[in-house]
Amino acid sequence: MANLTLVQAINLALTQEMEADDSVVILGEDVGLNGGVFRVTEGLQQRFGDHRVVDTPLAESGIMGTAIGLAMNGIKSIPEIQFEGFLGPAYDQLVNHGARYRSRTRGAVTVPMTVRVPVGGGIHAPELHSDSPEAIYAHTPGLKVLMPSSPYDAKGMLISAIRDPDPCIFFEPKRIYRAFREEVPEDEYTVPIGKAKIVEEGSDLTVVTWGAMTIQCINAMDSLPEDLSVELIDLRTIYPLDVDTIVESVQKTGRCVVAHEAPLTAGLGAEISALVQERCFLHLEAPVQRVTGFDTFMPYYKMELDYLPEAPRVAEAITACAAY
Amino acid sequence: MTTATASKGRDRKTGASAMLPDDTLLGWLRDLVLIREFEIRTMQAYSNAQIGGFCHVYNGQEAVVVGTFAATIKDDPIITAYRDHGHALARGMDPKACMAEMFGKTTGCAKGKGGSMHMFDRPNNLFGGHGIVSAQTPLGAGLAFATKYENEVLGEGEKRISLCFLGDGALNQGALHEAMNLAGIFSLPVIYIVENNGYSMGTAIHRGTTMSDKLEAKAAAYGIESLTIEDGMDVCAIYDKFKPFADACRRDQKPGFVDLKTYRYQGHSMSDPQKYRSKDEVGSYQELDPILTLKGQLIEDRGCLTEEDFKAMQKEVRAIVREAVKFAENSPSPDPRTELYSDVFTDPLPNSSPSGPYTHGEANHLTRGDA
Repeated sequence: MANLTLVQAINLALTQEMEADDSVVILGEDVGLNGGVFRVTEGLQQRFGDHRVVDTPLAESGIMGTAIGLAMNGIKSIPEIQFEGFLGPAYDQLVNHGARYRSRTRGAVTVPMTVRVPVGGGIHAPELHSDSPEAIYAHTPGLKVLMPSSPYDAKGMLISAIRDPDPCIFFEPKRIYRAFREEVPEDEYTVPIGKAKIVEEGSDLTVVTWGAMTIQCINAMDSLPEDLSVELIDLRTIYPLDVDTIVESVQKTGRCVVAHEAPLTAGLGAEISALVQERCFLHLEAPVQRVTGFDTFMPYYKMELDYLPEAPRVAEAITACAAY
Repeated sequence: MTTATASKGRDRKTGASAMLPDDTLLGWLRDLVLIREFEIRTMQAYSNAQIGGFCHVYNGQEAVVVGTFAATIKDDPIITAYRDHGHALARGMDPKACMAEMFGKTTGCAKGKGGSMHMFDRPNNLFGGHGIVSAQTPLGAGLAFATKYENEVLGEGEKRISLCFLGDGALNQGALHEAMNLAGIFSLPVIYIVENNGYSMGTAIHRGTTMSDKLEAKAAAYGIESLTIEDGMDVCAIYDKFKPFADACRRDQKPGFVDLKTYRYQGHSMSDPQKYRSKDEVGSYQELDPILTLKGQLIEDRGCLTEEDFKAMQKEVRAIVREAVKFAENSPSPDPRTELYSDVFTDPLPNSSPSGPYTHGEANHLTRGDA
């Protein structure tokens, strides 16, 4: 076991998968010599060579398309897009092509690619460097969407994504890149795609969240009265959703709060809320509550914490839902 | 490794800049000093955590904006990428508004909502910095389309050119190639100025860009005339070459492409370990420093400046920049209850703000009995 940050855990997963499988190739802007914009790929080019850790020109559409082309030929490509906002130029290749090949070719051509993308706010960055676009990609058939909230999960989920035969987008919450450490096994292990984690068990109310918001929810729960028993679910995989874990929990508790950084309207909270009312209607004792960002752009840093649903807002929503 | 190219053998007495009065060139020097001093303070404020997020400073590249803007009129639109403080200041933005923007204060040029990468100055026709590399290049074509349309179709305004700045890293984004083809096919009066500082973040130009020693080949593919300025740290050299080029683009309402070789002294952003270059390389460019170069020309060639004058100029500019920092420090932060959602649309919509209908807690829709 080693005590690692999220960045180190991801680096370890990449190292071990590259060692185990010669068909794993990393490509992106400054991923090699510079070790990546957040230093996630530090040391990998020295270790595996510049033919496997490839510094590309600054060209997101080109990077994504090339990574898809590699994967169509069986190379397990891992493109890095430096910030979630930079997915914009790559959107066509990813959504209109990469996500669709299995379906378009009826299984003859597949895309075993894992796109790594730092995501979310909380680091004082402006728009395009702080956004949470996961719902857009969850709304894209053919893409698996992952977002870890801890170093342990990050390593296991990334290994699963790299080994998965379909295109995965692996969102890395930059706010917690180096925020805390966790014991991470040195051996390889996987955390299954599509399986949520019950972070804390409880009986009165269910909170569903993912990514860096998991930490805010834990902090919120610490501030609540001890006799309020909250069950916290970290989705880990955003698509495909672990419907069973959510439904089982809400059928037990009868109350549900969903928390995410992304704007409210058409966010993933809407999807989860709909699922809960479809599957848990007769168990519900309160309307599902959403604690989210607002329908506006991620503001520059002075208002960042006013936009983000920080722990006090989550606690407020939990209290209101529990008191209903 | 790139190599510094000194301004060699250029006859300073025959270029277009030689015809300009002393005051104009003294004004250029002051602009160079203003940008340099402003950036020094910017770095300090960033280190003090008064400026958030990502911050890209312009030290070393100052001559680019001063030399090219001198060939424009105020109505010519300007658009650029995220290393944009110099463009804002050279275009006439109040240093106070520029600094306050980075501090995220309401007195900033975009009410403190854009930050370092998004300097906009509509009255001075600066259409902003852009945080996505090369995003500004098709927009630059659009600005040029508009001025051409106004002049030729609506019969309004004079013949204008748009200057679209990009870094050498932006050469490889698809957007630029779409934009240059549009500009070429429609003969749009936009000049793409590559601020070629040799590095796309940490990637040296020859590692990431084909034909890096002959960038004009890229423009040739789109039928666009180009200009290469090797001594791009010398503001007079830039002006001498750029002015006739820009005049032709204005007169004929056609596009242009400029490979302008310059150098940035600092890292790509404030958090760049700069493993990709040596201190010696940086030092070799600092010997060509734009301020020292122009200062030398004004003292030695024109005799219109003394060391004492220069020191007085620095002192005056430093006071202005100190004032800008103080102004930014003392300005109010935006009120999230109104500013979070203002200016998303003409009229704020529900769900966009903590003061709108979407709330949770005591004032929300969870009151039992609500329809």
